[in-house]
Amino acid sequence: MTARDPRRITLDGELTIMTAAAHKDRLLSALPGNDGLRVDMSGVEEIDTAGLQVLLLVRREAQRLELPFEIGAAGGSVAEVLAMAGLATAEEG
Amino acid sequence: MSADDDMREALDTFVTEARDLVQQLEEGLLELETHPSAAETVNTVFRAAHTLKGSSGLFGLHHLVQFTHVVETVLGFVREGELEVSPGLVSALLPCADHIAAVIETVAGGRLDVDAADEALGAMLLTELQPYLVDGPDAPAAERGATAGESTAPERAWQLRLRFGPDSLRNGMDPLSFLRYLGTIGTVTGVTVDADGLPPADEMDPETCYLAFEVRLTTGAAKADIEAVFEFVREDSDIRIVPAEEHLDTYVRAIRAMPESDRLGDVLINSGAVTELEMDEALRIQKEQAVRKGTQPVPIGEILVEHGIVPRPIVDAALNRQRKTAETRSQDTQTIRIDAARLDRLIDLVGELVIAQSSTGLGSGAGGEAQGELMRLVDEVRHSALALRMVPIGTTLRRFERVVRDVCLELGKEVSLVITGGDAEMDKALVERISDPLLHLVRNSLDHGIGTPAERRRQGKSTQGTLRLNAYHDAGSIVIEVSDDGRGLDRDRILAKAVERGVVSADAVLSDQEVYDLIFEPGFSTAETVSNLSGRGVGMDVVRRNVTALRGSIEVDTTRGLGTTIRIRLPLTLAIIDGFLVGVGPSSFIVPLDRVTEIVELPAGPLGRDCMNLRGEVLPFIRLREIFDIPGEPARRQSVVIVEQSGQRTGLVVDALLGELQTVIKPLGVLFSHLKCISGSTILGSGEIALILDVGPLVADHSEREHIRQVQRVA
Repeated sequence: MTARDPRRITLDGELTIMTAAAHKDRLLSALPGNDGLRVDMSGVEEIDTAGLQVLLLVRREAQRLELPFEIGAAGGSVAEVLAMAGLATAEEG
Repeated sequence: MSADDDMREALDTFVTEARDLVQQLEEGLLELETHPSAAETVNTVFRAAHTLKGSSGLFGLHHLVQFTHVVETVLGFVREGELEVSPGLVSALLPCADHIAAVIETVAGGRLDVDAADEALGAMLLTELQPYLVDGPDAPAAERGATAGESTAPERAWQLRLRFGPDSLRNGMDPLSFLRYLGTIGTVTGVTVDADGLPPADEMDPETCYLAFEVRLTTGAAKADIEAVFEFVREDSDIRIVPAEEHLDTYVRAIRAMPESDRLGDVLINSGAVTELEMDEALRIQKEQAVRKGTQPVPIGEILVEHGIVPRPIVDAALNRQRKTAETRSQDTQTIRIDAARLDRLIDLVGELVIAQSSTGLGSGAGGEAQGELMRLVDEVRHSALALRMVPIGTTLRRFERVVRDVCLELGKEVSLVITGGDAEMDKALVERISDPLLHLVRNSLDHGIGTPAERRRQGKSTQGTLRLNAYHDAGSIVIEVSDDGRGLDRDRILAKAVERGVVSADAVLSDQEVYDLIFEPGFSTAETVSNLSGRGVGMDVVRRNVTALRGSIEVDTTRGLGTTIRIRLPLTLAIIDGFLVGVGPSSFIVPLDRVTEIVELPAGPLGRDCMNLRGEVLPFIRLREIFDIPGEPARRQSVVIVEQSGQRTGLVVDALLGELQTVIKPLGVLFSHLKCISGSTILGSGEIALILDVGPLVADHSEREHIRQVQRVA
């Protein structure tokens, strides 16, 4: 398998219970057929438990498929939540 | 029942318990004055204050909470050995107990707020306590948390395991916002998100909560406060708050130092390791398990550990504490509080039962074995029912320690109070009603009986006087003695005063006893100096009236210069008496059996002579037929029931002896309240009414009438 860049997805607005279903589908469907996933969170202003567990679910799926999963820079309070959940943000590289 | 009634009822319970607690507080403080290092007493006193504060808080009695808090803090210093008990400390704390008692009485009166005067008094009393607070090496009162387990460091680390209900997100309860809120009551030092609950991707519902959190929180808040954060989600969530591991020792130590309690739950809750809610839940689980498995309930400690509510070392420490307690279990944990009205109802019923049983006993001569057994059982039931009302008189007597202490301070006298026979039991209603007369007697002895140290030294006595309160059972009654080793009564002065007041004529010849008895006459006081102590509007005449109203008697025994003993004799109970049933013509009377000494046949003799020869002594007798105007001819063979009253024997002439009878006294109605020689009535098995003779007034009245008759005869 050739090394390709992981697929990049940029999220913005809120990652909450209001949008969790949509984000779940979008992120999960982005996994197959790509060499990993990188989620850019810098545009996300708000995250709640529903949003957090979607990210955790996607990470677990990625691990199951042995695909790299990264989360890009997030701002302020969102970064705190991600750090707490062990979803450390990776520097843009 | 409305919420108001509920509240009222709860408040009543609070008042009753609070009164007990204040009394414990006061008794304990007095005890500490004599034995400053009694650890058990310190604990009792501290606990009383602590419980008072706690239950006041439940009713929002803020003044009481704040006030008691300071008292408790001072006592806390004492308990931890940081402050020594001194007379000054006790003197500062006793008025505080009084103040608490006063506030409780206003609560009992239906007022939940305190007026400005009480507030000011409270503030003043607390100022008196200030020195003890400042001197305490620890932090001042305000900084010591009002939470449970305040004897340890205020900041503690907690481990929170939060598993929110699946619907919490849909209900708008976002776990993350709870975590943020925890940051405001303490410092969140670490969070772990547990995502193991997440189902396979295609089954995962984005709106269901699958996450659990482990939070480490350092805070000064009590466990219950942390618990309260999760109040709205508690129902569907699993919230566990346990002390962080490194703090376990602190709890174990705190539990070891705790006052005794025989309930594991109380120990754990007081230590702050478990909240009441958690305990309730554990108890519920315990019950459910027992029902489901049909086995003995699992020990509550096991359930607490199993469900992660509290770590095992803490439960073990608490179990240890509980075991120790069981060994030194104090009496009050074995008692149960019963509404007096229920007890009265039971006793009333037992009374009816006794009457009904008497009727079967009277009617048929040959009862048979079953009948005998029934009688025995009814008798036993009666005894135990009456015993329910019996309380040791010691509690009442011990209250006088405070009186003695205060009066001595005021009058500059030194008196030690010796209480004996405190475990003699009597009817609770009687105890309550005899308390005031006793109080008066005690004050009297202190005021008039025992002299000042200087005076006593002059008389060659020790400077410290002794006041004795003694109680004992004697022939179906209880005797309470108040004796002092003071001046004794002055016969001549009493007589002079009596003549001056016109109570007796100047040329009357009176025995010593008769003279001493004059002090019980209305308006009689020989005190040269009137102090505010005895002058509470209660004279010795009122004391005697109160005692007589309780079917009791009072006598005085005194030796000039050596002391005085006032002896009160009371029946054990007012509800049932053992009586002797006699018949006069068609009427029946009951003579209290404890008064009857013997029964003889009336010797033939001239009519009209009201005395007989009893083994060489003259025995005056009373013909009941005459005194009650009963028509008809006397029986051919009459009997004399000999009764004894205050050492004097008198015969009662009756037609028929009908035997012993246990009988329930039915008080006479108001209409008959002026009757002197009858103390009550009872219904016989036959349905007839028998009057109960009040021997004391009967004999006294009779000798008075005889006296008048003789005087008339002589004249």
